Amino acid sequence: MSSKSYQAGVKEYRDKYWTPDYVPLDTDLLACFKVTGQPGVPREEVAAAVAAESSTGTWSTVWSELLTDLEFYKGRAYRIEEVPGDAESFYAFVAYPIDLFEEGSVVNVLTSLVGNVFGFKALKHLRLEDIRFPIAYIKTCGGPPAGIQVERDRLNKYGRPMLGATIKPKLGLSAKNYGRAVYECLRGGLDLTKDDENVNSQPFMRWRDRFEFVAVAIEKAQRETGERKGHYLNVTASTPEEMYKRAEFAKEVGCPIIMHDFLTGGFTANTGLANWCRENGMLLHIHRAMHAVIDRHPKHGIHFRVLAKCLRLSGGDHLHTGTVVGKLEGDRNSTLGFVDQLRESFVPEDRSRGVFFDQDWGSMPGVFAVASGGIHVWHMPALVTIFGDDSVLQFGGGTQGHPWGNAAGAAANRVALEASVKARNEGRVIEKEARDILTEAARTSPELAIAMETWKEIVFEFETVDKLDVS
Amino acid sequence: MATNEMGNYTTTQTLETFGFLPKMDQADLHAQIAYIIANGWSPAIEHEHPRNSTDHYWTMWKLPFFGETDLNNVLGELEACHRTFPDHHVRLTGYDSYTQSQGSCFVVFEGRS
Repeated sequence: MSSKSYQAGVKEYRDKYWTPDYVPLDTDLLACFKVTGQPGVPREEVAAAVAAESSTGTWSTVWSELLTDLEFYKGRAYRIEEVPGDAESFYAFVAYPIDLFEEGSVVNVLTSLVGNVFGFKALKHLRLEDIRFPIAYIKTCGGPPAGIQVERDRLNKYGRPMLGATIKPKLGLSAKNYGRAVYECLRGGLDLTKDDENVNSQPFMRWRDRFEFVAVAIEKAQRETGERKGHYLNVTASTPEEMYKRAEFAKEVGCPIIMHDFLTGGFTANTGLANWCRENGMLLHIHRAMHAVIDRHPKHGIHFRVLAKCLRLSGGDHLHTGTVVGKLEGDRNSTLGFVDQLRESFVPEDRSRGVFFDQDWGSMPGVFAVASGGIHVWHMPALVTIFGDDSVLQFGGGTQGHPWGNAAGAAANRVALEASVKARNEGRVIEKEARDILTEAARTSPELAIAMETWKEIVFEFETVDKLDVS
Repeated sequence: MATNEMGNYTTTQTLETFGFLPKMDQADLHAQIAYIIANGWSPAIEHEHPRNSTDHYWTMWKLPFFGETDLNNVLGELEACHRTFPDHHVRLTGYDSYTQSQGSCFVVFEGRS
């Protein structure tokens, strides 16, 4: 059956890319966009344009389209929904056939889905809210180098969240003094310490010197406490070659974990580093500098739940998720929504958490949620409640700002954490009974008592900018 | 509180989870064992001489107590292990067969050193 003839010209997108009767396949990659069109353009046309421009379409018909079967390859806008409480925008659901994407490449997926289409003139704003990755695609991705269960086994941490801190001041310390700060935190009771994201290899502290002194700090703290310790050595660098060189040295000095910034470093670097970690038995901590540039505007950009899903596929054992209670932006339900995407093997659709699709992760290992930024001992019961055991709670200022120094600050946090976990296991509602639980624990810990006194007044109560769209 | 009393934090062997809390009494232990059982985990007991406490594997005290629902039986086994090896650390683990990990693990008795 010969069929089609070539007619040059510009067509309406909706003729081809708006398919409201389409039933998505299990193998389709599904996306939900929040679309704000220019005034006067029909919603179906805008949705179809998004589907077209993020898949096979271009603005003009071309003759070479007839050499393939575009019906097989095209993305389809298959549903439009109102955004609760917002007359200007709507949700467009688009289904993409799996063959549009290279296996194991979130780079390729993002290049298509959030490529040119975001600058499209017919759109005022566009935000990628969620992606449903088909299990067939997930199986092609490497994912976390170790995952939650393996990391717990390697570090011997069970039945509680892990405790960390970013070493401060974040810039300017010499390598030897930096190692001192690490040692003090670890001997005092933290499990892990962290390079600040800005710490790479500056003139005041070159990476090699830092790695060596940090390794000494870890070794001594482990020997004295009888506990396993680590420090995320930041290997984020200007080139992949340099990054791998630093990663190799981190392994050589015996540090169990390294760190990467996945957005500024990029997904290609991240996926490569995750593969290296898997092959070398190293854990990988992922920081998220630049995320708020991409995810904070409620109508434009990419929601963090998408970035979090992409990171789990690209590979990382820890990912920063915000704290809900600290100094940085983060709505509680929305945060819980993407924390599930990091850790669970199946996450059902739940609009109250901003989850637009069922997501089957199959056997992909989980990623620890990292809560870091402006938190202190008073937040501990709330953090344990919100994030549960499979998390890393990081107290930078909340450890090193202790009047008696890092070790006492670390001990205060560790006592608060263990008291919260113990009380939770006893069946107490720890978020409500926070004051009682901490006061009780402080009776046998002067370090905690002083910490509670120091931070009793600090709260961070501002309205969330990016709220969930709920009716 | 007087801030001129600068605390001098001394490093101690803290042996992972709950190492920073005061020694648990009978009621505390009951509650933690009940938590393990309520989660459907299998209680298990291990012991080791303090000089080997950083080893991943400690010596098992019998097999894990699969299907055990009586708190006092677990407590009795912990005490029996402690009596038999008074100079060993004794820890209680809750094996979680779903996550293939340990839902809980903490040292109940510290060995005399």
